[in-house]
Amino acid sequence: MVDFLNAFALLSNFVIVPAMTYGSQLALGALGVTLVYGILRFSNFAHGDTMAFGTMVTIFATWGLQSAGVSIHPLPTALLALPVGIAATVALCLVIDRSVYKFYRKSRSVPVVFLIASVGVMFVLNGVVRFIIGPGDQRFADGERFIIKAKAFKKLTGLNEGIAFKTSQGLTIVTAIIVVAALFWFLNRTRSGKSMRAYSDNEDLARLSGINPERVVMITWTLAAVLATIAGVLYGLDKSFKPFTYFQLLLPIFASAIVGGLGNPLGAIAGGFVIAFSEVVVAYAYKKFLTYLVPEQWAPDSLVQLLSTDYKFAVSFVILVLVLLIRPTGIFKGKGA
Amino acid sequence: MIRIENLHMQFGGIHAVENVSLSIEKGSITGLIGPNGAGKTTLFNCIAGAYTPTSGKIYLDDEEITGLKPHELFARGLLRTFQIAQEFSTLTVRENLMMVPGDQCGESLIDTWLRPAKVREEEERIRAKADSVIEFLEITHVADELAGNLSGGQKKLLELGRTMMVDAKIVFLDEVGAGVNRTLLNTLGDAIQRLNKEHGYTFCMIEHDMDFVGRLCDPVIVMAEGELLAEGTIEDIKSNEHVIEAYLGTGLKNKPEPKS
Repeated sequence: MVDFLNAFALLSNFVIVPAMTYGSQLALGALGVTLVYGILRFSNFAHGDTMAFGTMVTIFATWGLQSAGVSIHPLPTALLALPVGIAATVALCLVIDRSVYKFYRKSRSVPVVFLIASVGVMFVLNGVVRFIIGPGDQRFADGERFIIKAKAFKKLTGLNEGIAFKTSQGLTIVTAIIVVAALFWFLNRTRSGKSMRAYSDNEDLARLSGINPERVVMITWTLAAVLATIAGVLYGLDKSFKPFTYFQLLLPIFASAIVGGLGNPLGAIAGGFVIAFSEVVVAYAYKKFLTYLVPEQWAPDSLVQLLSTDYKFAVSFVILVLVLLIRPTGIFKGKGA
Repeated sequence: MIRIENLHMQFGGIHAVENVSLSIEKGSITGLIGPNGAGKTTLFNCIAGAYTPTSGKIYLDDEEITGLKPHELFARGLLRTFQIAQEFSTLTVRENLMMVPGDQCGESLIDTWLRPAKVREEEERIRAKADSVIEFLEITHVADELAGNLSGGQKKLLELGRTMMVDAKIVFLDEVGAGVNRTLLNTLGDAIQRLNKEHGYTFCMIEHDMDFVGRLCDPVIVMAEGELLAEGTIEDIKSNEHVIEAYLGTGLKNKPEPKS
């Protein structure tokens, strides 16, 4: 029995908690991608770098607050700086929309043109972020590091294996729940949200009704920017901030959105967790876990790791290919990839 | 109300509408009939802003509206419905109707968060209006149903309902009766007549069901091969030789009666 509990604690510590956290971060990112796809009908490749931009601004604001001695211990100061990052990112997205995408909307370009334009925006943002903050790793997490420490857990339960629950992990999960609840309330209950759904449903009819398309587009960018900044900051707090990592996040984020069904917010959340759990489960070494469960003689010699962590991005790719082959509309029916 | 002068619409080498001049009187229900490919829907699309006509002019209340965009015409009270009913399939019937009025303050993010009272008040007003429309059209039982789940006929009613959410001056109905069962068709006909009499709506409708046209429309305009063929009451039209010819083909009556 104790062995079983130890195995469970081990799994929670190294698989379930990290995957929940990573899943929440992906879900928030994928929600932004899916909203833009649902309304503007193109895959926004610049989303990862929008996240990086928002996080960068938040980091600068955090550093500013830290040097001014402002703190909300035990919570990280970055939470206080978050509104600044959000405001800057919303402004950035609106300016980009005005100066880039609006032109293509006016000339009624096909989605692939928008997509290519977003690749351009991606490269520009990529450069801007690296130019300003540099390509290196930045740590900006402060406050209490743990909610539950592994040692305290061991002491409390008397088990060999501890579960460490980091503040950033708790914060990520709680924030994700709040943000998702607020987003769904907005989409289902407010006039703006309903306009967005109506526009996504039948664009021609929306233009014939009293819906102002430009306003719907503005609201969409605002939401996408808010979601991108929150997702980026949570990811940065949990791991660390490095512009290139955010660029790489684009793949699992898109995989999440597509697995769940592009254009479907519920799907984006489900997809985020599917991708996160797959990545973590596949890359975890089960040696210790199995040692607890099987008789001593059967204990494995190898690591029992399905895939080296270096290959974790391949997981997103494989899932993406499978979904596109078997069920191109995703788990929940989206608009098709 | 509507005046059209020498309207041409050309797609490549095809003349879909050729030199059409007509006018629609205020307060009338004008029927537009003609065989398939006569250019009826093209004419509608030109008036309602989906196409810009090749040449010719369209006036609404003596104001030129040629080439205006659909939403600009919507703001002037010129509305249309579609041959294949359009709806927001993931919103309920009531929400579909509430979507119609333009410039709602709830559409602004700032007002949504900072002035909830004003937004709520406006929403109440629009909801009441939507409820009265739902009652008028006798679709109370599906008011909270997703519009995508409605039958074809109910969707047509919803389309008509959409025009009632704003103060329309003139409504263009494109085959509103097509694929609608008899009972619903009667409801639809009653609604159109009541809107015309009680609310002073002007209608112009493309229709193939002659009974329906006969019951509602006066005058009736007939088009064939892109041109105007005849105009008059339904009796005039039914006895007009050119019209019969256009529908049944030329030379028919010169042929000898087939021997039985």
